[in-house]
Amino acid sequence: MADFPHFLCPGQAEGLVLRLDEPLSLWGGLDATTGRIIDQHHPQVGMSISGTMLVMPSGRGSSSASAVLLEAIRCGTAPAAIIMEHPDAIVALGAIVAAELYDVALPVVVVSPQTLATYITGDSLSL
Amino acid sequence: MPLRLTAEDQQLLDGGSGPGAQMAMRIVVRLAEALEAEQLLTISGAHVDSCLYHGPSTLAFAERLLALGASVKVPTTLNVSSLDLLHPDLFTGDPKEAEQSRLLTECYKGLGGQPTWTCAPYQLDERPGFGQHVAWAESNAIIFANSVLGARTDRYGDFIDICASITGRAPAAGLHLQENRRARRVFDVSGLPSALLDSDWLFPVLGALVGATTGVQVPVVTGVPGGQPEHRLKSLGAAAASSGGIGMFHMVGSTPEAPTLSEALGGVDPLSTMQVSLTDLNQARASLSTATGLSLSSVCLGTPHYSLDEFAVLVPLLSGRQVHPSVNFLVSTGRGIYHELQLRGWLGTLEAAGVTVVVDTCTYLSPALTGGTGPAMTDSAKWAYYAPSNLGVEVTLASTAECVNSAINGVVTVDESLWANG
Repeated sequence: MADFPHFLCPGQAEGLVLRLDEPLSLWGGLDATTGRIIDQHHPQVGMSISGTMLVMPSGRGSSSASAVLLEAIRCGTAPAAIIMEHPDAIVALGAIVAAELYDVALPVVVVSPQTLATYITGDSLSL
Repeated sequence: MPLRLTAEDQQLLDGGSGPGAQMAMRIVVRLAEALEAEQLLTISGAHVDSCLYHGPSTLAFAERLLALGASVKVPTTLNVSSLDLLHPDLFTGDPKEAEQSRLLTECYKGLGGQPTWTCAPYQLDERPGFGQHVAWAESNAIIFANSVLGARTDRYGDFIDICASITGRAPAAGLHLQENRRARRVFDVSGLPSALLDSDWLFPVLGALVGATTGVQVPVVTGVPGGQPEHRLKSLGAAAASSGGIGMFHMVGSTPEAPTLSEALGGVDPLSTMQVSLTDLNQARASLSTATGLSLSSVCLGTPHYSLDEFAVLVPLLSGRQVHPSVNFLVSTGRGIYHELQLRGWLGTLEAAGVTVVVDTCTYLSPALTGGTGPAMTDSAKWAYYAPSNLGVEVTLASTAECVNSAINGVVTVDESLWANG
């Protein structure tokens, strides 16, 4: 991996950090129409990720997560940015296709584990 | 090092093969850059997850590709739809959404995909061989292709599957590369009771544990007798790819890149080794069994799609018996297997017992398919993982035989003896 931060999908964003304790599979885990976490196994179930600087260790689960992120972007419920410790092609693709289809730039960023650890829920962050 | 494109890649990117292929190549290149690939590689096939409807944006994407004149360049199979296209009456949800789903399937057929509508493309006659590069999406198909077939695909998501298929190219990154395929975490199950090691029922639970514990690294399971059948490897992989973000596992003596533990590890020390105990497994099992009472509304098998080997176990369990009238018993499979069930007379046996065989789709996609929101049973850890969120149902994860017995009794009937100490 080259220097951090590494942009899987370019863009600028700012907002309040929402840090997830575990990875989230957007498909099966997110209601794209409301932006709420619906994965009953997830520690942050019920919370809204809309407009947040969403911080999580990695992606998880289904290939359809790309489609759910694209749909959340279309519905206006997506996070402002997604920040992870491990690159995840499936998450990145939702943002890459949104740029192609809707000319929307939602940054998907990989940072070092040390940097990720400094992001606290509720803090302001800009990319 | 920046991405190097061949002259042919550049020609696609410049629009020399038309605007549809150009759009697809643009997305392939953007992903390759995101993954820091140094080049693209040629794929021999693709499996497309994008044909499952998730909203207007997914249809807009496919319609754009079709309108720009794109078509697939390599043999391409299509994953499940939101609908049972052979039995549309089984869907009782929003008719508008059903119509959008049907339009999406038409788009992907129009792009040249084969209407296979299965999440288990490895059950089709044509499947990739050892070492072949493919672009497969659908988490269970990815992990099966890499782990069991020894083919090579990265963990692809929707959209890139069809773009790789249209261009015939994929980023040389991730699990396409040898160095990323070696195991990093060891799960040693040799301390488990032999009756459990010899049971189908171990594998979904072990998969759920491995996925939740591993994160994104490649795991290796050791301590299971060699030569495990495909349906067990399928069940473990599907569970691990649901509870974790992994696209490959090894099982010593059973998967092709793990003849020994040392070879699976590539001669490098693992990051961790876990001695798996009954307690660990019981915790994993409990986390996937959310139902508390004995009431039962549906039994849903076949996530991923049931194989002929699995039907060969199921059909005798149901032969001459009758599912309780209050229980909706559904088995999902691909239309290819469904045809074989008809030829063998197995479909008649299942239907006489009160079982509905669903094709082209999966029962955790819509409450309409399960017949409601009451408690369900399944032998699939993947179904158990997603159903509480997708359908709002409580689930009991159990063995196939327990699912059948419960369906006949009309109440949840489980046997804990296999999971007890001593």
